[in-house]
Amino acid sequence: MPIEIPKIDPNLELIRPGEGSVIYDVIVVGGGNAALCAAIRAAESGAKVLLLERARRSYRGGNSRHTRNFRCMHQVPKGVLTNAYLEDEFFEDLLKVTKGNTDESLARLAIRSSEECYDWMLSQGVYFQESLSGTLSLSRTNAFFLGGGKALVNAYYNRLDDLGVDVRYLATVLDVVVQDRVFDGVLVDIKGEQSYIRAHAVVLASGGFESDKEWLTRAWGDAAKNFLIRGTPYNTGEVLKNLLDKGADQVGDPTQCHAVAIDGRAPEYDGGIVTRVDCVPFSVVLNKNGERFYDEGEDVWPKRYAIWGRLVASQPDQVGYAIIDQKSHSLFMPTVFTATKADSIAELAEQLGLPVKAVEKTIWEFNAACQEGAFHPTELDGLSTKELEPAKTNWARPIDTAPFYGYELRPGVTFTYLGFKVDGDARVSFSNERATNVWAAGEIMAGSILGEGYLAGFGMTIGTVFGRIAGKEAADYASQSA
Amino acid sequence: MQAKALEEANRQLAICNACRYCEGFCASFQAMTRYRSFDDQSIIHMANLCHNCQACYHSCQYTCPHEFDLNIPKALADVRVESWESHVPGTVIAEKVQSNGWIIALLTVIAAILFGLIGNIPWVSDANFYSLISHNSLVAVFTPLFIGPLLVLFMGLYRYWDTVGGEWIGWNDLSVAFKAAGTMKNLDGGMGQGCNYEKSDRYSQTRKWAHHATMYGFLLCFAATSVATIMHYGFGLEAPYPFLSLPKLLGVSGGILLTLGTTKLLYLKMKSDPKLGVSDRRSGEYGFILILWLVSTSGLLLYWLGGTAAAGAMLNIHLASIAAFFVTLPYTKMAHGFFRLAALIREAQLSKA
Repeated sequence: MPIEIPKIDPNLELIRPGEGSVIYDVIVVGGGNAALCAAIRAAESGAKVLLLERARRSYRGGNSRHTRNFRCMHQVPKGVLTNAYLEDEFFEDLLKVTKGNTDESLARLAIRSSEECYDWMLSQGVYFQESLSGTLSLSRTNAFFLGGGKALVNAYYNRLDDLGVDVRYLATVLDVVVQDRVFDGVLVDIKGEQSYIRAHAVVLASGGFESDKEWLTRAWGDAAKNFLIRGTPYNTGEVLKNLLDKGADQVGDPTQCHAVAIDGRAPEYDGGIVTRVDCVPFSVVLNKNGERFYDEGEDVWPKRYAIWGRLVASQPDQVGYAIIDQKSHSLFMPTVFTATKADSIAELAEQLGLPVKAVEKTIWEFNAACQEGAFHPTELDGLSTKELEPAKTNWARPIDTAPFYGYELRPGVTFTYLGFKVDGDARVSFSNERATNVWAAGEIMAGSILGEGYLAGFGMTIGTVFGRIAGKEAADYASQSA
Repeated sequence: MQAKALEEANRQLAICNACRYCEGFCASFQAMTRYRSFDDQSIIHMANLCHNCQACYHSCQYTCPHEFDLNIPKALADVRVESWESHVPGTVIAEKVQSNGWIIALLTVIAAILFGLIGNIPWVSDANFYSLISHNSLVAVFTPLFIGPLLVLFMGLYRYWDTVGGEWIGWNDLSVAFKAAGTMKNLDGGMGQGCNYEKSDRYSQTRKWAHHATMYGFLLCFAATSVATIMHYGFGLEAPYPFLSLPKLLGVSGGILLTLGTTKLLYLKMKSDPKLGVSDRRSGEYGFILILWLVSTSGLLLYWLGGTAAAGAMLNIHLASIAAFFVTLPYTKMAHGFFRLAALIREAQLSKA
């Protein structure tokens, strides 16, 4: 369910900006990885810190609770990371997915700093584990958190507890008061009680706006109504909007979101990792009219899953249907919902609510276009259809062996690209002039580096690197002004 | 087995298997990755591998209030305890004892009264126990009390082995399983950081150490009794033994460990979250810890009280607690040690391939 957003109470008599005492050195807005890293770093620097997490305790951690690894540069094998992953290769990988839509100096800063993050995270109580089964391709580049992102989030909150940081749950920031590029305080609703809290500095780390469907609708039209949100329902972007309206400099395509194709039966919010459906390369994918619309076998799935959200989003009713047969049933990760199963294509089409004749025709034409050849599920095998539009260029085997299985696919939105433009100190700017005491970290500024596409585990890298920078900078500023 | 616990575990495991973030924690999750879907056999196997460390619960994105409502520690605990109860002969007794800890207490009291009657104990001060109860009557009472329940338990294990599809056991299987059991490998959290049993989402080693003290303490006490039996029948060396003798050294050190371990386990259980454990069996779990505590503590007190007027009463309590412990053995949480070992052996077989 979408969350309810508290409104500013018009009858509330507040301490106005500039009045009343400054209790905190640093306020951190947000409760995910970047916010936590910032709060820890600020507290370690001696600052008195308040962290405002919008979710209740059990849902704390924003989208970080759904993550599982971070991408990490390393010169030699390091902990669970094998071989080496050097700066230039890392940057090349980033260039490939963003098609050059990145800020090279910020990107290289994130990449270079990722190496020391590994040890720092260990020192904060995070544990790493060997690459999970089915993710061998990431064992060199990505360090997996033991127990996943929520375990990491738990470790950081426990660390905050040890450091004496004040953490407030169910705390929605309604207004960030900034005048002439100087932050004064935040108007916050904490469990229904509204108050104005002042601090010497603020770190904004409250994520993107992907959970605000109205906002998505402005970019996508009514199609957005059929989108599922993979992560937290709390990322509705109020703080982002609040400061953009006040003239904070922005970066990233304001209309775009990153979406993958997920199981159509997933919950509207917070379905997370388990909603993935990895069978596409071995399937034919139909739209609601029973027609194919894209090459399902273009590349291996880890390199293609990210484009399928957009592909499905552009089909009628934003829905797709992946159809496989018995031969491919065990070639991919188990799915959270069981597939629709039938003994004939016609029966399957009927169960999925698809036009039977059209589906039969599409499958028949596809099967007829399949060629003899060796099938290798784990590599590009070149087993392509012949004279079929669109072609399936790898793993093209006829769908002919009962039982047949079908999965409904919908776009699952992961994050948005719009954010604050920051410099190498993670400082926010207004009209291209640095703010005095406003920093940003995580998804709320990641658009500077990740202008397009996605690189697995890089969101957590950006959050950790810039969260630490922002926390340190904010604490240093506060210690000078206290 | 009834369908309810199995169905709920199946529902939850299907979600887990599409996630697998917890793979690094323990053998249950490593076993899970071998399956695409789960049948009763695989679920019962995973349930008996689970040590209830609760790490997977605290790391889970899908716990309540999420609509997936995952609580794997509880789901597996429910299947696990039901699997012991349903596999041992006398399922109804097992269910009763597991869910009513006071039954063990009642049996202890009854046994104490019976010993009082049949032992015809003169309340004399004498360090020689056999002047209190003759050795022969001890053997006559305890041999069937010991053999009978063990037979019942092993019949349960035999059936369990069939349920989980166990094969002929090789030395390697045993060595892998005993190593895992001896080190409590599956309670170390995967990276040696410990478990989440009593400190919510913080890791702790306390439960592992308390269990080590309990398990090794128990084994030392068992060794003490075995050595004494051999000395008695093999060499004609009858009790009482001096302090610097094998039975005493093993028994006293084991007794101290067992008392400390069970005291700590009791404390940890009180601090743990009942929502992450088995449904409706907490009373039996407390009963089991308390009877172990009483066996060791009364044994130690008996040693310290030797030669005083209270020794007779303490002997009575000690023997009664041992009797209650043995007679309920297949029907209490004691079963977990045997079924766990069986599961570890089976896992050693399955993970070989």
